[in-house]
Amino acid sequence: MKSIADILREIRPEFDFSASNDFLADGMLDSFDVVTLVSALDKNWGISIEGTDIVPENFKNLQAIEALLRKSGAKI
Amino acid sequence: MKLVFHRKRIAGTLVVVPANERSFAADMKNFNFPKSRSLKLKEVMGFDKRRVVGPDVCVSDLAVFGLEHLFERGWLKREEIDALIVVTQTPDYLIPGTSCVIHGRLGLKQDMLSLSISQACTGYLIGLIQGFMLLDQESIKKVVLVNSDVLSRKVSSQDRNIYPLVGDACSITVLERDTEGSVVHANVRVDGSRSGALMIPAGGMRQPHTLETAKLEDVGDGNWRAREHLFMDGAAIFNFVQTEVPPLIESLLKHAGAPMDSVDFFLCHQPNRFMLEKLADKMKIPRAKMPNDVVGHFGNNSGATVPTVMAFNLGERLLREKLLVCLAGFGAGLTWAGMLLNIGKFDFNTIIEYK
Repeated sequence: MKSIADILREIRPEFDFSASNDFLADGMLDSFDVVTLVSALDKNWGISIEGTDIVPENFKNLQAIEALLRKSGAKI
Repeated sequence: MKLVFHRKRIAGTLVVVPANERSFAADMKNFNFPKSRSLKLKEVMGFDKRRVVGPDVCVSDLAVFGLEHLFERGWLKREEIDALIVVTQTPDYLIPGTSCVIHGRLGLKQDMLSLSISQACTGYLIGLIQGFMLLDQESIKKVVLVNSDVLSRKVSSQDRNIYPLVGDACSITVLERDTEGSVVHANVRVDGSRSGALMIPAGGMRQPHTLETAKLEDVGDGNWRAREHLFMDGAAIFNFVQTEVPPLIESLLKHAGAPMDSVDFFLCHQPNRFMLEKLADKMKIPRAKMPNDVVGHFGNNSGATVPTVMAFNLGERLLREKLLVCLAGFGAGLTWAGMLLNIGKFDFNTIIEYK
């Protein structure tokens, strides 16, 4: 199983996601990247992140994404 | 707002799509993004092929072509049309309404009603509601509902937010009274305070056309568009759909006394596959009951995606049998609506190409 960091690197290999605390504000992810990320997270953990949870604050950084995954039922 | 109609039916649906097909793969070169990111987007959103008109084709061209097709095959008689409703946000002219243009080109009778309604992705349902209301009049026995847009003419080819998803089409639906005791339930809502999320800012009376409004501007994220092009705040629209549509449909079904699993299909407007998959998951509807492949075959053709899914996914089947379906439309306005009804035993239900 891939990690969140692995998935982020696949989407935007040019960035070091460990160096940022706000991926969207720092221009590392745009709204289409978020859609691609949600699809990859869903597949990787066999879940379906709720559409109403696809809001910027849930994709700010690694901790926020991890919290979203737990809320969505992923066992991490 | 909840609405109920008695003894009304859809007699048939014809969808006219332009023969001209564009592919996402060919369009990718217009976008200022790496190919790998565009390909990921294609996979998730379901973008692939779409049908678009040429630079001089208007809504009335598609509608006249489709209506002549129905007349030639005897599926509809010119003289039996008592009301013509045209729902579009891309009219041929500011004045007169496109329904009058179509009426004149077809030589329809004078003793009838002609309505032009400005509605976008909820337009098919708004048109059905209007048509069913008209059928309560003794003098109106047959209504023709045209729902069509040629929005590809109003999007920037350098705007990745919207260009890869827009298609053009024209749906023609014939409505009439039902001899059986059918009941149609509808639920419609509007929030004009969010109208800025999906709009064409310039070219109307508020901000008339000038050389400036026609000029492409850098709007960020590598996208360029003019103020006369369609603008969509994709994140706001996605959130709107996921937040507002599920409770609307739940309320509609509850009012109709129909459990979720009694509905054969949920035929929704199709902006992209991802949005519909999330909608189905949120409502705990099997994804197979909510078809989402119209956008990948024809593009998002505004309100006409709903009749397009009827014809594309259930074409032959709706000639033979009846199904309980929930229709849903949502988009500019912002408006959103649902409708629960039995459809089927259609006189016609097909897609033809405009060349």
